[in-house]
Formats: sequence, C-alpha cells, structure tokens
Amino acid sequence: MMNPGAIDMEIDDPRPVPEPTLLHASLDGAAKRVGIFSQPDLPLTDPSVLSAPTMLKVERLNLFYGEKQALDDINLQVARNSVTSFIGPSGCGKSTLLRCLNRMNDLIDDVRIQGRVMMGDTDIYAPGTDVIALRKRAGMVFQKSNPFPKSIFENVAYGLRIQGQGDRVVLEEAVERSLKGAGLWEEVKDRLKDSAQGLSGGQQQRLCIARALAVRPEIILMDEPCSALDPIATARVEELILELKREFTIVIVTHNMQQAARVSDHTAFFWMGKLIETGLTEKLFTNPGHRMTEDYITGRFG
Amino acid sequence: MSRLAERFRQGGVFVWLSATVLAFCLAMIIGLVGYIAAKGMGYFWPSPLVQVQTPDGPILGEITGQQPTHGEEPAKTQFRVGNRDIYGQDFRWVPTADLSAPEFPKDALLIERLEYGPFIGRIVSLSHDGQPVATGPAAITEAASRLPETLRIRRHIQSIEKGQVGDLNRRIERIRLARRKLEEGRDASALQALDAKAAALQTTYDELQTSLEQSRSESKAWILGLQTVDGQTRDLPLGSVVRMVPANAMNRFDKLGVYLSRLWEFLADDPRESNTEGGIFPAIFGTVMMVLVMSVLVVPLGVITALYLREYARQGWVVRAVRVAVNNLAGVPSIVFGVFGLGFFVYSLGGTIDQLFFSDSLPTPTYGTGGILWASLTLSLLTVPVVVVATEEALGAVPRSQREASLAMGATKWQTLWNIVLPSATPGILTGLILAIARGAGEVAPLMLTGVVKLAPSMPLDGTFPFFHLDRKFMHLGFHIYDVGFQSPNSEAAKPMVFMASFLLLLVVVILNLFALNLRRKLRERLGGSTF
Repeated sequence: MMNPGAIDMEIDDPRPVPEPTLLHASLDGAAKRVGIFSQPDLPLTDPSVLSAPTMLKVERLNLFYGEKQALDDINLQVARNSVTSFIGPSGCGKSTLLRCLNRMNDLIDDVRIQGRVMMGDTDIYAPGTDVIALRKRAGMVFQKSNPFPKSIFENVAYGLRIQGQGDRVVLEEAVERSLKGAGLWEEVKDRLKDSAQGLSGGQQQRLCIARALAVRPEIILMDEPCSALDPIATARVEELILELKREFTIVIVTHNMQQAARVSDHTAFFWMGKLIETGLTEKLFTNPGHRMTEDYITGRFG
Repeated sequence: MSRLAERFRQGGVFVWLSATVLAFCLAMIIGLVGYIAAKGMGYFWPSPLVQVQTPDGPILGEITGQQPTHGEEPAKTQFRVGNRDIYGQDFRWVPTADLSAPEFPKDALLIERLEYGPFIGRIVSLSHDGQPVATGPAAITEAASRLPETLRIRRHIQSIEKGQVGDLNRRIERIRLARRKLEEGRDASALQALDAKAAALQTTYDELQTSLEQSRSESKAWILGLQTVDGQTRDLPLGSVVRMVPANAMNRFDKLGVYLSRLWEFLADDPRESNTEGGIFPAIFGTVMMVLVMSVLVVPLGVITALYLREYARQGWVVRAVRVAVNNLAGVPSIVFGVFGLGFFVYSLGGTIDQLFFSDSLPTPTYGTGGILWASLTLSLLTVPVVVVATEEALGAVPRSQREASLAMGATKWQTLWNIVLPSATPGILTGLILAIARGAGEVAPLMLTGVVKLAPSMPLDGTFPFFHLDRKFMHLGFHIYDVGFQSPNSEAAKPMVFMASFLLLLVVVILNLFALNLRRKLRERLGGSTF
C-alpha cells in the first residue's frame, strides 16, 4: 500500500499550486471581471472556458427537505472536460447539489425540487426523464468507499452486467480498461477474483472510481472522495482526477481547500444553501470576490 | 461496606454472576440431553434375566425398577416378565422381601417376536412340519442357525407386500378409475381393452399371492416349543421370531452385537405392535421431509413479505400495523394454526383441488385430507414471522452506501435488491430459517390436525411416479413421542422408546440446523464478513 511512486509524486507535483508567479498571472485576468463579481450567482469563468461547451447547467434550482430549504436559487455552469469543486462549510448544500445532478435525491422521501438542471441538451428534471439512463451518464463516487461484497472483477463489471452485458470478452476488456483508467490495474490484475473488500482504503476508493468509469459516463460526481483516505492515497486519487479530466467532466465536493486548489479548474463556494461565488480556482483562492469567501478560505469563518 | 460498593462499581461481581448463570444454563442443557440420551440409549443393551422364587411361584425376567419402603407400603421390585399373551401384562411388581436369592440361568432366553412383545423363558424343542428335530440345548443352537434363513424369507415377503403388491394395487385402482370415466362415454372397444388389462393384472396379482402364501407357510413350518418359568408352554413359529437373546450366556461382545443390531433396527425399520416395537424410520424420514418442505415454503414467503415491507411499502401507519400483526402472529398458539390449516388448507383448498383435478377418485379425498403439503404449509405460516423479522433486520443492515452505489450506477431498484441487497442479507435470512427450523421441527399440535398419523402405510417420497407424494399422510417424531408415551396400550414398555425418539428428534433438529449454519458460514466467507 505504501507506494513509492505516490511519494515521488507528492514531491514533484505538477499541479497548480498557488505560486507567486502563477498568482500574479491569474490576478491580472481576474481584475478585468470585477463587474461580474458583484453578481455572485452568475458563473465566473474566463473566456477560454466560456467558449468550451457547457456540460451541466443548473438554473434557478431550489430544493426543500419538507419545509426546510436546502438549496436556494442556484445558478451554475460546468464546462466539459473540466474539474469543478464545491466547497463550503458542513450543511451548506454542496453535497445536496451534487446529488441533484444525478437525481440521487429522488431516493429521499419528502424532497421537493424546483428549477432546471440541463445535462447537455436534456433537462434531467423534465417529466418522463429516464432516471436510470441519466445515472449511466453521470457516475458517482462516494465519501466512503463502498465496493460491493463481490470480487474485484464483478465490482467493475457490475454496471455493464445490469445493462444486460453478458459477453465475457466485452466485460474483461471493460474491466481492464476501467482499472487501468483508475490506475489500479497493476496492483490487482493478478487477483481479480478476490473479494474487493480485501483491498486497502485507497485501493477501494480507486476501485469505486473504476466501477464508475466502466459504464463510460460523461460526468463523474465525487462526494468528498478522499475524506477517509490517508495523504498518500489522497495524492493518488488527486492525480487520477487530473488524468480523468481529459476524458470526463468532473464535479468534486471537498472539505479540503488545498485539494480544491490542487485539482480543480473552477471552484464554487456555498454557504447556507446559497451559491456565494464561483470562478476560476486560482482567482477564487487568491482574489475572492466576496467577503464571505475570503473569510472561509482564510479560515476566519464562523 | 465501601469495599463492597467498590467491587460492585468495578463490575467484577457481575462477571462472576453472568459466568455462573451461563454455567448453570449449560449444565441444564447438558443434563437434559444427557438424561434423555442415557435413558434412551441404554434400552438396547441386553439386561440379565433374573430368576427368583416368590410365594406365588417362580419369576423370570429383567429387573426394571425398585421402589423403596413408603410408610405402610413395603419395598417393591419391578420385573419385566414379558409373555403378554400368557400373563396379560409385561410388568409385575413384587414385594422385595418375598424374593429368594436371584439366579441367572444360562438357558433363559428373551425372544423378540412379531406379536405380544417379548417371550421370556426357555426353548424346549424345535420341530419341522410336526416332526421334532431337536430338544433341550440342541434346540437352541439349531433354532439359532435356522433363524437367519427365516428372517430372509420374512424380509422377502415384506418387500413383495410393500413393493410389488402395492404397485399392482395402484395400477388396478388406476384402471378402475379409467373405467369409470369410460363408462360415461360408452366406448365399448376401449372398455374391452381396459378389461383385458385389468384381467392380466389380476392374474399377476393372484400369482403373486400364491407365491406369497407359499413363502408364508414355509416360514411357518419351523415351530419352536417354548416353556415359561412357571411351566406353561407355547408354540411359536420360527418365522415370527425377530431376535433370540440368551442374555445370561452372552459375553460383552455378543451383547454389543445385540445392541448394535437393535439400534439399527430402531433407526432403519418400520414400527411394529402399534409403534411400541420395531423402528421409527418413517417418523425420522417424515420429520426431515416435513421440515425441508416447510423451509422451501417459508423462505420465499417470508423473504418476499419482508422485501415489500422494508423496501417498497411506504413507511406509514399501515406498514407499522402490518409489522405488529406479523410479530404477533409468532405468539399465536400453534394449535390455532392447526385449526386454521385444517379448515382452510385441508377442507377448503384441498377440497377444491380434489373437485377440480381428482374428481375421478372422489369420494376418496386426495388433497382434501391431511397430508405433508398441508402440514408443511401450516408450519410455514407458523414460522413465517421469524423469517420476516430476521429478513427485515438483515435488509436494514445492508449499508445504505452500497444501495446508493448500485443505484448511482444506473441500476433499477429491483436490480439493486436482487444483485446487492439480497446477497448481503442472505446470512441474516438463513438465521431466520434456522430459528424457523428450530421452532417448526418440534411442533406437534398443528400437525395432528393437518396430516400426521400414528402409522403411515407409505412414505411421502418413494420410487413410484411422481416420487414426491405431497398428498400423503406422514409420521413425525414429535407425534410419535406423544403417541407412544400416552396413547400406547403398553406405555410402560414403550417408555424407553419415548426417550429414544426424543433424543432422535433433538438430533434431527441439531443436524438440520448444522446444515443451515454451515451454509451461512460459507456465505459469510464469500461476502467477506462485511454483514452481520
């Protein structure tokens, strides 16, 4: 489990770290968009990302648990092949919003949702939407790794099996591809028949990512995927997220602001069910447009 | 005082207390099983035959009991004297003071026979077709050497009676039913064909009967001349002797041989003499089969109920009420289930099935009378709450995260239940089944109303098509205990049988449970020990 590669990676990390030069460059562009800043519910993106096609578009989304409003008038866009992180204090609604994106909130009784969520061209809350098909487009990775009590192979093949895929060759090919995609292939290729629950925590989480990849979704939703992992395993998952960005659109909820800074292109800050501010990650962390954001990221919050 | 309080606070006292209570419970269970086993298992060991003189004449038999002095009542000794056909009873109480010194005559014999319980006395002669062959001690050796041959003949007769004759009877009955159907249609040629078939069958039947008669008379040719200790004589065909036990002339190994042979007879043979002798194999078989059929019925019933209650139903007051009702079902006295089974399953359901599918054989009921299917169904109703509760708990224990993982993959609710939730819940479901078996295997009352009989002529599983005969009545160890112990004309003689049957019932339940436990262990290993 102690992987020498993981430690190396920690040392010469290629990811964007708030270095002075970098900060400076981004500050430069951000200063031009002060006007947009004053409207915190509008998505803050730089021109290059604005020109990238939008994968997800949340419009005037309100969500109620019974009488209690959990999400208040959320407007948000997620660009294709980007990593967007949701940050904010506990109970701010970031996980709830994430679970709106593949309609996992449907499973909870007494939930009421208003507004629209567009995935590509389809409104996923339109009546008659095929929720099953939707969830195939949006894979999910959970806070606590939750492999099924099956073999490693069956875990990854599960998504295809429930779609009726029984061809051994197709399954083997998909399992190998997904495990390679999740960077787990080398570690488990000799014991695909073993129980998935014998893997270490980090491996289990990467297995869950592989499981989500197997059905070739368009979006991967990650709900605090590293909160139960040690720093080395966390680093591996973060590295993986940056790899996956090339092929998938990723939305990640995290409590770890360093993580948000390391992996994401865009960051959205939530507070009390409201989207306070969104924007390019570098910009949001170095020059937040809102007082609350600044307080939160500098740790002066509450 | 404060030291005592300190000890209480530290809890050491409670460790001892709980350990003592556990030890007490263990001692009780071991005592119970040990007592039953000892009482039952000792029954097959040949006891010495004691001859004593009393003022009323000599007595020869096994000593089976002692009663100490009780006020006016003198101390008494109980003898099993056998010879019910001569004395009218198997046992005799004699004041101990009147007894002379006991003797153990080497030529005394205990002869187990097909009727009237054992004969205890001596062999004086052996004759064949009225011609004396041997007398005195030579008769014993001669009879002992002839015995295996006569046993073989008897077994042969039994197998013909059970197998071929039974089969012929069934075929003749089928032709009779077909004939009755044809008579309505007035198809003369078909009728004639049937009659020819029937006649052919009848001929075979008659031939069989003749050969049977021959074998029977053959087995009656050898006659033992017997004499009781008080001089009365009896003739006994060698064909009706089961076993000759010269207990006083045997060494330990001979006795062990007798013991094992008796034990085997008990386990593998049919009962004789209104269940007080012979074996209890049909009862063991019936018990196991009934429990298996019950398990097959109760698991789907309970699991599907629990699935709906836990996974699909909207959790509200209706579901709560249903749950309370299901739990209370477990507290309903079992005889009430028996009455329900008789009224609903046997009369209503069985009667309707007979009307629809077996109208040919009416008024003889097929399913409209007690049978193993109805008994098992009644018991599965009785035990379904256990399975429902266990399954509901097992379903609840499957982590929410795994359900969500499956749903987030695009699985439907049913796919999630079938692929993820149910496999994880299987050990818990098996726990429910184990409890259901434990409860169901020991029930007697509802069975008495729905299909158990004192003596079943045929087993619910045999070689004739369709092999499983769920309409048949069956024997059950629990009912056997009740019947032998309380309904038997000779309950004193049957007492050891009661213990032995109880022991076997315990054994059957334990073995069935071990199977389920083993299955659960294997499943848990496969699931990686993640669920309870």
